[in-house]
Amino acid sequence: MEILKVSHLKKSFGATQILNDISFSMEQGQALSIIGASGSGKTTLLRCLNFLEKPDSGTISVCGKKIFDDTDRTISFDKDIRTKRLHFGLVFQNFNLFPQYTALQNVTLARELMAKETGKETKAEIEAAGHELLAQMGLAERANHYPHQLSGGQQQRVAIARALALHPDILCFDEPTSALDPELTGEVLRVIRSLAEKKTTMIIVTHEMAFARDVSDQVIFMDGGVMIEQGNPHQVIDCPRKERTRQFLARYTENSSTFSR
Amino acid sequence: MIDFSTLASVSIALSKGMGVAIEIFFFTLLFSLPLGLLVAFGSMSKCTPVRWLFNVVVWVIRGTPLMLQLLIIFFMPGLLQCNIWGQGEHGRIIATIVAFTINYACYFSVIYRGGIQSVPSGQREAGEVLGMTKQQIFFKITMLQMMKRIIPPMSNEIITLVKDTSLARVISVYELTFTGFSFMKSQGLVWPLFYTGVFYLLFVGVLTILFNYIERRLNYFK
Repeated sequence: MEILKVSHLKKSFGATQILNDISFSMEQGQALSIIGASGSGKTTLLRCLNFLEKPDSGTISVCGKKIFDDTDRTISFDKDIRTKRLHFGLVFQNFNLFPQYTALQNVTLARELMAKETGKETKAEIEAAGHELLAQMGLAERANHYPHQLSGGQQQRVAIARALALHPDILCFDEPTSALDPELTGEVLRVIRSLAEKKTTMIIVTHEMAFARDVSDQVIFMDGGVMIEQGNPHQVIDCPRKERTRQFLARYTENSSTFSR
Repeated sequence: MIDFSTLASVSIALSKGMGVAIEIFFFTLLFSLPLGLLVAFGSMSKCTPVRWLFNVVVWVIRGTPLMLQLLIIFFMPGLLQCNIWGQGEHGRIIATIVAFTINYACYFSVIYRGGIQSVPSGQREAGEVLGMTKQQIFFKITMLQMMKRIIPPMSNEIITLVKDTSLARVISVYELTFTGFSFMKSQGLVWPLFYTGVFYLLFVGVLTILFNYIERRLNYFK
């Protein structure tokens, strides 16, 4: 089933075109990696999907239902924005955990606030689900720790649990390991890999080429706001057709051990 | 020489003055702390005329002496033939609280604004992608982080407020300083005025302990 379809998405800040005619689609259970240099528009694309930025034009559909279309006045950007955001989860590069809450509270806060409105779940149920998610992330022992008492890798795993708590249709990762040292990167990538094995639908913006090749069903290479190349990981990463992709990937084969298997 | 009975009667009179000072202090805080937040939101409004209006108000209030503001608030209604403050001391205390509340709300608003803007935008965005409303994001995420950051500058302002209560003497409110002063006129005693310093020191000492306590309580997160 086609879970996400993005068509002709455009976004500019002032005179700078950040996203230029981005179109792609993905199936449920797929992992899609977006690679490319800094400033190529990868993060802006994720922010548009999460309704943190308003695209200038184009459409976004989730499960066959349009949630953004600049030409259709009945689907304005702000209308039901909270519901639309819940289709997506977002894991930030610098975690953005709430410092005043424990790991568990970070995971349960949004769901508890929602339960107050709907009255569907009890606090105990939400907390049990939170504990389970933290256990999945290998953080069962850390539930009552505050973010500053956790390592970067542990913080990022709490952030992943927090995003999963709301059962998003599509989980987005914005360079989830860029703020971590190689050792901590490993533990976060292992968690993302296990999510891929469980067929979680994911979009991963990353600089970890070997990882992208391993876990994704589809890879997009972006440069200057344009999709240069798209296909399965073998096609894009191992035998790129475009010169720009080759140039970009060459830097990883030259001096990155993470690229070799 | 200071005899014991004079010391006792001066102490009792000054304690009453202290009570008035505390009354002004307490009610000013009670109203200006939330009002300051409103002014802070106004001065950050996306609507330019609203932002301008609030910025002009803050400019006027911060740009003129509190004593002048107090005199205007107290005498203006009388000049306009509608003396809302009445004759007694009670009305004068209320006028003081009104003038102080407006003044302090403006000062607090600037501190609040700094505190709110110092919370990284990623915190708000994390709340947004989790489907929280603007109100939930402010009250559940931003507010406590803001409070932690603004406690040192707020403690400065609040301690200044303790001593600003002495300005109320210009409209004859018998607060601590005016009470101390009155002994000079009635009995030719100067020391009661000096003695008022002890009362201010004690009050500020208690507040300092309180602020240190709050700061420690908020140390559980970074």
